[in-house]
Amino acid sequence: MKEVAGKPAALTDKPFHYCPGCTHGIIHRLTAEVIDELGIREETIGIAPVGCSVLAYEYFDCDMHEASHGRAPAVATGVKRVHPDKVVFTYQGDGDLASIGTAEIVHAANRGENITTIFVNNAIYGMTGGQMAPTTLIDQKTKTSPAGRSRELTGSPLKISEMLSVLDGVTYLERVSVHDTKHIIKAKKAIKKAFEIQLAGKGFAMVEVLSTCPTNWGMTPIEAMKWLEENMIPIYKPGVLKDIEDGE
Amino acid sequence: MGEKVLMKGNEAIAEAAVKAGCRYFFGYPITPQNEIPAYLSWRLPEVGGVFLQAESEVAASNMVYGAAGAGARVLTSSSSPGISLKAEGISYIAGAELPAVIVNMMRGGPGLGGIQPAQSDYFQATKGMAHGDFHLLVLAPSSVQEAVDLTIDAFALADKYRNPVMLLADGMIGQMMEPVEFTREIDPETLPDKPWATNGAKGREKNIINSLALDPAELEKHNLKLKAKYDQMKEEEVRFASKGLDDAETVIVAYGTAARIAASAIELARQVGYKVGLIRPITLFPFPEEIINQTADKVANFLTIEMSTGQMIEDVRLAVNGKKPVHFYGRTGGMIPSPEEIFEQIKIIGGAKE
Repeated sequence: MKEVAGKPAALTDKPFHYCPGCTHGIIHRLTAEVIDELGIREETIGIAPVGCSVLAYEYFDCDMHEASHGRAPAVATGVKRVHPDKVVFTYQGDGDLASIGTAEIVHAANRGENITTIFVNNAIYGMTGGQMAPTTLIDQKTKTSPAGRSRELTGSPLKISEMLSVLDGVTYLERVSVHDTKHIIKAKKAIKKAFEIQLAGKGFAMVEVLSTCPTNWGMTPIEAMKWLEENMIPIYKPGVLKDIEDGE
Repeated sequence: MGEKVLMKGNEAIAEAAVKAGCRYFFGYPITPQNEIPAYLSWRLPEVGGVFLQAESEVAASNMVYGAAGAGARVLTSSSSPGISLKAEGISYIAGAELPAVIVNMMRGGPGLGGIQPAQSDYFQATKGMAHGDFHLLVLAPSSVQEAVDLTIDAFALADKYRNPVMLLADGMIGQMMEPVEFTREIDPETLPDKPWATNGAKGREKNIINSLALDPAELEKHNLKLKAKYDQMKEEEVRFASKGLDDAETVIVAYGTAARIAASAIELARQVGYKVGLIRPITLFPFPEEIINQTADKVANFLTIEMSTGQMIEDVRLAVNGKKPVHFYGRTGGMIPSPEEIFEQIKIIGGAKE
């Protein structure tokens, strides 16, 4: 009998600890499906971040290395330089990548490290209980911006993908979302392409995935999907920000 | 091999790392250790290795964390302020039980301090490197040849204990030239496999490199496992050199550059009848407690000499355990004591002769 649905081999049987409605589960699954489809599970080393996905090493069924906060691209650099023939990916949230880890992501990207980065942006610190992130929207209420984020006090949402897209070392960078089926299908294509670029030895590839945090946004999962679509998409516009193969 | 060559300390350490089979270096420029990365920037590619200048010490130590997890013999080097930044990665390396070698060519501090030789990172290296219940194995050379030998040993010790090892020297050792001989050369291809390394889970269960343990009972168990390693180091790895203990009335305890100068001071003192001996710790962790404690039964005084305001003296006092007075003389901030200054201290402690 042909199996039409099931868990990807690149995911373990361990139940996710993520909150109900959190989109990390979708993004884990997409990444694992891509690893399966490319047949690279036994060649892949994943780097887990600090943040909600700190336990990603328990979920991906490939070799995993848990990094310190923000340093996943540096750890990935160390692994990849030792094993240039293996596939190395980092899975990082917005506090990890766009705040404490800005130096590491900028320089890994600029060196054109032949790695793949999955950047999950939900505009808030989830694991520590809903603090403001550099990606938090103006007027968005968080534990550390209770009256809403003020531009005067804390600046504007950091568009790190736009920043990275100007670097020569970046081969491919796309922003996607997972708030509906159409976008999920697109997200998977982008993640697959980001791994294929590494397999072809073409350099640094990153996919920013817009994600929800119903718990810390104080919404139901459905409200959160809607909030993402109405509030995050206008600021963080999905699309290809850089694709060297398209001559950009 | 076997030929003596004149080399600067930093370059000799770099070559020793290559001889030890190290093929990966991640670092960031800082004085007075810059000759190590400069040397390895051409030497490692020559032997098929990788030299990478990181964007910061923080990144460098995390690259080391990645490369060590991936199974490589890997080195980083820095000097005092840079080591503070590397502390993050070093704590993770220790927590995840990975082998790596870190060189600290100490300079005066605190803060930006200066760039002249100092020994003021003893506490940091032996006790307070970073957060958490862990120790580095710390080796302290007092000559360029010893720096070479200890660098090669450092990689083997790191592998033996799956623990970071620090070569703790000062700008003097790094900058001076002495004849050295490389008597060992290790081909990295001949090193034993590291079955725990992240190199792709081909035909095996996945490997995880990690220092996270949310369950306190699990973390306690892990920390006790680490402690058992440190206890084993205390049993098996203590190293020191000694001189003149047979008839000594006063024993100087000093390491690295301070020990060299103390040895000159002892010669001056012995010429005029002061019976002075030397205990030179080569491992600072594990500390040579036993020899110091045993010596305390036979001598009248100890004098600790350091290029700091007094750090190792705390371990000397613990080892002496109140049996005899422990005196101290130190210079700090990049100032180096002269043999005559130390001789003066010997005279004060030993009383008038003739």
